[in-house]
Amino acid sequence: MDFLAIFNQDFFYTAIRMAAPIILAAVGEVMLERAGIFNLGIEGGILFGAFLGVLGSYLFQTPWMGLVLAILGGVVLGFVFGWATISLGANQAVTGTGINILFLGLTSLLARMIWGVRDVPLTVPAFQDISIPLLSDIPVLGPVFFRHSLLVYVSYLMVLVASFVLYKTTWGLKIRAIGEYPKAADTMGIHVIAWKYGMSVFGNVCACVSGVILSICFMNCFVDNISAGRGYMAVACVILGQWSPVGALLGGLIFGAGNALQMRLQIYNVPIPTSILLVIPMVLALVMVLLVRGKASARPAALSKPYEK
Amino acid sequence: MPAKPEASTKPEASANYDRLDQLVRRFEKLFNILIPVVAIAVSLLIGSIIILAQGASPLEAYAALLSGAFGNAYNLSNSLVMATPLILTGLGIALAARCGVINLGGEGQIIMGGIFATFVGTLPAMQGLPAPLYIPVCLLAAFLGGALWAIVPGYFFARHGVNFMITTMLLNDIASGIITALVQGPMKEPDKFAPQSAQVALSARLPILLPKTRLHAGFLIALILAVLAYVILFKTSFGHDLRTLGENPTAARHSGIHVFTMQMVIVIVAGGLAGMAGSAEILGSQYRLRSGFLSNYGYEALAVAMLGQKHPFGVVIAGILFGALKAGRGTMSRAADLPTSFSMVLSGVIIFFVAISPVLMKLPRYLAIREMNRKNRQDSTLSNAA
Repeated sequence: MDFLAIFNQDFFYTAIRMAAPIILAAVGEVMLERAGIFNLGIEGGILFGAFLGVLGSYLFQTPWMGLVLAILGGVVLGFVFGWATISLGANQAVTGTGINILFLGLTSLLARMIWGVRDVPLTVPAFQDISIPLLSDIPVLGPVFFRHSLLVYVSYLMVLVASFVLYKTTWGLKIRAIGEYPKAADTMGIHVIAWKYGMSVFGNVCACVSGVILSICFMNCFVDNISAGRGYMAVACVILGQWSPVGALLGGLIFGAGNALQMRLQIYNVPIPTSILLVIPMVLALVMVLLVRGKASARPAALSKPYEK
Repeated sequence: MPAKPEASTKPEASANYDRLDQLVRRFEKLFNILIPVVAIAVSLLIGSIIILAQGASPLEAYAALLSGAFGNAYNLSNSLVMATPLILTGLGIALAARCGVINLGGEGQIIMGGIFATFVGTLPAMQGLPAPLYIPVCLLAAFLGGALWAIVPGYFFARHGVNFMITTMLLNDIASGIITALVQGPMKEPDKFAPQSAQVALSARLPILLPKTRLHAGFLIALILAVLAYVILFKTSFGHDLRTLGENPTAARHSGIHVFTMQMVIVIVAGGLAGMAGSAEILGSQYRLRSGFLSNYGYEALAVAMLGQKHPFGVVIAGILFGALKAGRGTMSRAADLPTSFSMVLSGVIIFFVAISPVLMKLPRYLAIREMNRKNRQDSTLSNAA
């Protein structure tokens, strides 16, 4: 077998596609961490969003309502997480883990209660892939980049938006100031608590929409543990990308490529057990995080410290 | 922050502070017990809502749960067997949390412990070993397996500040990939179809403590280790350093505590204990390795450690509670159809609630100060009257 044959057009298409949910969640996490909050609960947020997406699509028979429901869910989750970690000063990592476990159980439980135990999961209307006119006709590049689902484009667009806001606007300056030295930011008249809440909501909405991509863009149903560790990969992306949106994009692309590689290897029937192939992206994430380490200077100084006046 | 009583140079002032301290401590003791109880109550309440939504009666379901967990000697032993890995893993997590390290890698460390114990326990070359030698060798192998899985992320955390939580979480998924591959391939029982290992040698199995029950020596080991952890944590200078590091890292550094060594030791111990949890289940209860043989125990152990207020004896009690929940679920599901995810929901709620409880731990101080101010006012009105 020619090994290079794996890296065909289809591989790159899959890589771009699989990277999208990780990138979206990671961009949300970048903004959160820049405001000094470490959210380990992304995995739970993705699961919640994926579930709500299917629920909305099931109830109203249109994927758009799934998206709306997931965004609302993200807002609620953002406020709950913010209330616990910002207002009550709870340990952010422990709260996040609680959210992960809670939603891993809750989404599986609710799916069972609403749709019953099924051999094949219930399918709902899903977002269709959109071919961008003209651009999608470009040979090679067209099929790779311009034949994706709407939310995949949104994910990549979000990198640009976040980058712009973070580095080119006063809002971004405020957010970064809060993450570095909240007391000084407060003295300057920035409403630290409100901004932290805002970022908590933004980050959780991103995570939930990332779940929507998994459940009603890539698939059309909800299955238990649909996120399969993508939330943790997103957190790894933030460290890899040194807390910048563009860095998170690069990290996300690496994991997308890892995922695509793993899928292609399965198709090619390589003599490696499937269960090992499935964890290739995790191994990649781990090695990269250990190698890059995350320079202390890039890490927001007040990360995961609760702010008290 | 509530106003502190004004400091003064009068001798009564220091006596006042002593009294305040005593009051704070009394309230804190109360809250240490109160918070877990409230956490359980809240989670059971949320559990009842779920049971009600399924159209069953929460009271009946919980009654079924209780009888399924404690109804007779066999059920009780079942609860304790399920509590054993939770206690062992929870002890490691509690010790690590005491020095500020949050170990989310229990899941992977348990799996590695199980793999190592099964490997040694099925090794043809060792079949002749007598039990008093064979069992400790297996347990030690499991300890090493778990520690191995914690030591790499631990080193990068202690030396380079790499986020320990994210690396251990990734290692959990990697470990579950490895175990699935092993029981389908290299470690599969020869000439059999099922994806599971061969049974461990008879002399490697943990003895059953009570005849006609499932209670094995692993539970006793867990209890002994809990006592040991208590002694180390509260009666030795190492434990004191460890708690100092967790409560005030800056003070710990200035007092000359070697932070790197301390963190490495605690990471190894936490990983090793989780590894032993995996081996206790294999050697005492399941006797063979399957993928997902202790699924979700690593995460539930975090709930156990938090619910037990990071205190070794608290961990034992919380571990038994969670074990009972697992053991009683079988009979409970006859009263209300509750899948395994139900106990995950309860764990999640408990972890979340215990995470936000530090704000409640500020209350003792607040209450004590209010109590004192009230007394002082009374005293001053008395003296004014006189």
